[in-house]
Amino acid sequence: MADATLQHDAAVGHGLAGAYEAPLFGAYSKKVGMWLFLASDSLTFGALLFAFSYNRISNPAWPTPFAVESITNATIMTACLLSSSLTMVLGVLAARRGDRAWTRNWLLGTMAFGTAFIVLHGLEWTHLIDKGMTPFANPWAPSVPQFGGTFFTLTGMHMLHVTIGVIYLGVIAFRKWFLPVLAAIWIAGYFLIPADNVFHYGIHALGIGLIVSAIILFLKPKVYDAHDVEVSGLYWHFVDLVWMFIFPLVYLMSTKI
Amino acid sequence: MHDAAAHDDSKGQYFWVWGALLVLTAVEVWLGYRQIFAPVRMLEALMILSVIKSALIVGYFMHLKFEIALMRWMIVISVVGCFIIMYFFFFPDADRILHLGVK
Repeated sequence: MADATLQHDAAVGHGLAGAYEAPLFGAYSKKVGMWLFLASDSLTFGALLFAFSYNRISNPAWPTPFAVESITNATIMTACLLSSSLTMVLGVLAARRGDRAWTRNWLLGTMAFGTAFIVLHGLEWTHLIDKGMTPFANPWAPSVPQFGGTFFTLTGMHMLHVTIGVIYLGVIAFRKWFLPVLAAIWIAGYFLIPADNVFHYGIHALGIGLIVSAIILFLKPKVYDAHDVEVSGLYWHFVDLVWMFIFPLVYLMSTKI
Repeated sequence: MHDAAAHDDSKGQYFWVWGALLVLTAVEVWLGYRQIFAPVRMLEALMILSVIKSALIVGYFMHLKFEIALMRWMIVISVVGCFIIMYFFFFPDADRILHLGVK
């Protein structure tokens, strides 16, 4: 008993406590925690997707505003997310090898694809808003006002998740050096995006992300290891997974032939 | 790393999965443009393809395939179970709308 206590204390002292604990479900606790979070988040998206499909099927007059350019744009966005998942998994493999340089490179690639997705989605939103679409009305089917509300809620929730994912990966890859970059993008975005564009205010999500990231990085500074990269990857792949349902349901079910 | 997923390190399979996901996306876009099904049938077809794509993402990219059985079942049963419960809450209204029409 005394030996076991001594061993335990020594392990904790060396930061190796996990090595002496029976692994829960064969995985370290951070990973199990992320899986449980994603399971709960999938229910949020599940409810939103169910509500959208319920409205879509039950309304014969459902608008079909997505012409070929919208579908092309959404298909490129899908390819961006799928490619970002590939670069993410390559980043996880590099982290397992202990190759910090390539881990950072792959994470940067993932962030670039994620950013491209956000920009393309932002352009799509701007295009629809310019045509007169709001959360409460749309110009294509006035008898189906819920189209705008369900569209903006579902895709906006997903866009927020992608934005959080890009910030999360930036923190994992670059730690506190990511903060000034995030601050610069936030401020530049605020001044460069026209005041009548919805993203002129939406860009403040980056400011909130900056504050949260700064609190985490300064309260608990650490070098993120392969486990952290893998856990961030789980989150990123989940964001990709959710889009695999949003893309066909929202865009392909409302194509304008 | 002390977890069960640590053994899988081959890159090739991830490129195959990525390619398969892109091909399935192309099939979805083709179905969307051909519109060979009525909306309900189209929704079912697209959702089946989406479930296949999500299974590839969860299994390979998220490494659930390489976790121990207990972990796999814990995740799958809890999520599917919650969706079944959610479905039973929504089903009566959804069924009424689909079969009786909007009143």
